[in-house]
Amino acid sequence: MSAHITSPAFKDNAKAALADPNLRKAMAIIAGPMAGRRVESASELPEFEALRDEAVKIKNHTLAHMDIYLERFEAAATARGAHVHWCRTPREARETVLALCRSRNARTVTKGKSMVTEEIGLNAFLEQHSIQPVETDLGEYIIQLAHEPPSHIIGPALHKTREQVAELFEEHHPDYAPNGIKPGPRSTEPQTLVSEARAVLRERYFQADVGITGANFLVAENGATMIVTNEGNGDLTQSLPKMHIVVTSIEKVIPTLEDVSTILRVLARSATGQEMSVYTTVSCGPKRPDDADGPEEMHIVLLDNGRSEMLGGELQELMRCIRCGACMNNCPVYQSVGGHAYGWVYPGPIGAALDPHLIGLEAAQHLPNASTFCGKCQEVCPMRIPLPKIMRHWREQAHDKRITPPMQRWGIEAWAWLAQRPALYRLATRIGMTALRAVAGSKGRLRSLPLADGWTAQRDFPAPQPGGSFMAQWKSGRRR
Amino acid sequence: MSNSRERIFNSLRRGLGRGPEDAKAQAAVNARLSAMARNLVPQRAQLPHPQQVKLFIEKITALTVTVQRVASTAAVPDAVADYLVLHNLPTEIRMAPHDELRALPWQKRPLLQLSEGPGRATDLVSLTPAFAGIAETGTLMLHSGPQNPTTLHFTPDNHIVVLRASQISGSMEDAFAKLRAQVGGADHWPRTVNMVTGPSRTADIEGVPVLGAHGPRRLHVVLIEDVPQDAAQAQQP
Ligand code: SF4
Repeated sequence: MSAHITSPAFKDNAKAALADPNLRKAMAIIAGPMAGRRVESASELPEFEALRDEAVKIKNHTLAHMDIYLERFEAAATARGAHVHWCRTPREARETVLALCRSRNARTVTKGKSMVTEEIGLNAFLEQHSIQPVETDLGEYIIQLAHEPPSHIIGPALHKTREQVAELFEEHHPDYAPNGIKPGPRSTEPQTLVSEARAVLRERYFQADVGITGANFLVAENGATMIVTNEGNGDLTQSLPKMHIVVTSIEKVIPTLEDVSTILRVLARSATGQEMSVYTTVSCGPKRPDDADGPEEMHIVLLDNGRSEMLGGELQELMRCIRCGACMNNCPVYQSVGGHAYGWVYPGPIGAALDPHLIGLEAAQHLPNASTFCGKCQEVCPMRIPLPKIMRHWREQAHDKRITPPMQRWGIEAWAWLAQRPALYRLATRIGMTALRAVAGSKGRLRSLPLADGWTAQRDFPAPQPGGSFMAQWKSGRRR
Repeated sequence: MSNSRERIFNSLRRGLGRGPEDAKAQAAVNARLSAMARNLVPQRAQLPHPQQVKLFIEKITALTVTVQRVASTAAVPDAVADYLVLHNLPTEIRMAPHDELRALPWQKRPLLQLSEGPGRATDLVSLTPAFAGIAETGTLMLHSGPQNPTTLHFTPDNHIVVLRASQISGSMEDAFAKLRAQVGGADHWPRTVNMVTGPSRTADIEGVPVLGAHGPRRLHVVLIEDVPQDAAQAQQP
C-alpha cells in the first residue's frame, strides 16, 4: 500500500485537468513566474553552466562509488549517535517508522516536506495505527486538509485557490481566534491565511512527540543529513520533538560539504530562481549532552525501493536527480495537465522517467508517452539528465512487451518516423495534426498519439516570462 | 533489518560490477573525503575582504534583511533597543546564553528585559550570535551548542543577529572550512548548522509571496565593524 496510484487513468486524469480552471491558474504561475525566475537567476551567475557540469561530475563520481559512500555515511552518522535503518521496500520503511513512533508512545508527529514519505504512503499508514501525522509545509498542510496529493513537488498546493484555502481553514480551525478575537468571515488574503496556519501549526510543533523530515543530501564526510526549505517548518519539526526521524532514499548521498556547496548553487536557482533557499540545514546526530536544545534521538530511514537496481543500467543517470522541479515547470505537457494527472508521487518528466521503474511499466505506461519530446526538460535539468532518452527507453520497453494496445503502437511508429525528421515534425505540429493524419493514415491512429485527444485542442505553451524575483514581487506588493 | 542492508549493498555492487573490497574504488573515496577539494567557486565568492563585506550587505538587503552597522560591541545594546522602538516591539528579548552576548554593556539600556534559553512558542524577539556571514549569497551561518539554542533562529517573529565584519567570508566553502577548523574535525561537528538566507517565506497560496511562514518574519543584523579600514585595505592582494 504505497501512495495511491492513478497513473493507468492518465488520459482521463488529463482530460479532467484540462477542464479545471483553478488548475489552469496554477499552471500559469508555474509556467510563468516560476520558470521565468530560473532563467533570470541562472543568467545572473556567469558560471552557472560550468557549475552544472561540475554538479554532474560530482554525482557521477558518487554513483560510481555509491556503496562505499553509503558505508562511510553510515559509519560517520553512527559515530555521531544517529541510527541508520536500511529498508528495501516501502513496507519496511513504514514499519520502521511506526516502530520508532511507538517506542516514544507518539500520538502526534509533525512532518517537514518529504517526497519519500509520499512514495511510501506514510501518512495513511500512521493514521491507520492511530498516530496523527501533521504536515507543516504550508502547501502540504493545505492538501492534507483537503485530502489530496501534491500537484507539484515544490508547490504542492498551487492548484488550490485562496478561497478554497480559506474554506478549508474555516472547516478545520473553527475556533481560531487571534488575540482572543474570533474574526468575522475569513479573509482570503494570503498574508492573513499564512498567519493563521502559522499560529495553528505553532502549537503542533510543541506538542509533537516525533518530528519527521526528508533529506536533500546525506553527507558522507560527517554523517549529516541536510534539508533545504524556505518556510523554516522543517527546522521546527526537527528541533522541538524528542525524536527526529529522517526518511529519505539512498541516492541522496554525496561525498563532502564542498560537493554539497556546488550542488546548492544550481539547486535553488533551478527550483525557484533563488540564489539560496532560505534555510539550508545540516543535521548531525542527536543533541549533544550539553546542547541547549535539539532532539534526544535521531534516526535515519534509508529507502532503496529499486534504486540500487538502477546502477549500471539505462536508468542510472536518474539518480543524479536533486528534485528541483525545473523539468516539470518547463514541460509543455505538465503545464497543460498539472501534476495530479500523472497519478503518482513524482509527476512531470522526472516522473515519466522514474515512475515506470518504481511502480511498474504496466501502471505507468502512459507517462513516458506524455511528452512532445521537445527536449526542454533536459535543457533545464541542472543535473543534465537525459530525460527524453529515458522516456524513449520506456516506450520501447512497453512496445517490445506489447503492453501498449496495438492501435497505440501503430500510432507511435508513425510518430517516431516523423520525429526522426525534425523539419517535417515541426511542420506537422505547426500546421496542426493534418500532416500527421496523412502520415498515420487514419483518424483512429492519430487519436492514440501521445495525448493527441483533447490535448492539442486545449494546449497552450506559455513561454517562460520573467516575473521578477520573489523579493521584487513582495516589495512591489504584487498580491493580485 | 540487517538482511535488507546486505541485500541493498549486494544489489548496488551487482550494478557496479565489483565486490566490496575493490582497492581502487576505496582509494578514490578515501582521496576525495580527505582532500575536501573545492569544485568551481564563482568569481563573485572570491573577492577581497572589504568587497566581501560590501557584497554581503548588498545581498542581505536585497532579501529585505535590515542591517545596522556599529563601530564597536559597545554600541550593540543601543542598536538592539532602537530596533525594538522602530518596530514598536515590547522590550522582552529571548537571548542565546552566549558569553559574547552576555559581555555586552546591557546596563546602558536598563529597560531591556533579557531572558536566556531555547525558543518558546510565544517569543517575539530573539537575539543570537552568528558563526559566519557568506557574501556570495547574503547567508548567515549559525550552529548549535551549549550556548547556542537553534530554536531561537526559528520560533520568534523577529530574529536579531550580532555579526562581526571579520566573520564575513566569500563562499560557503570558506565558512565550512572555518567551522571544521574551529570544531576540530567531523567528530566534533555540531548537531545543527543553520544557513539562513533571508526571512522565512512561502509562496504556497497562489504563488503570492508572503514573509514569515513559520520562521521569523523579520531578520535584522547588527554588524560590528571590527576590521579597521586600513587593515581591510592591506588585506587586498
Ligand atoms: S530531473 Fe532534473 S530538472 Fe527534473 S527534478 Fe530532477 S534534477 Fe530537477
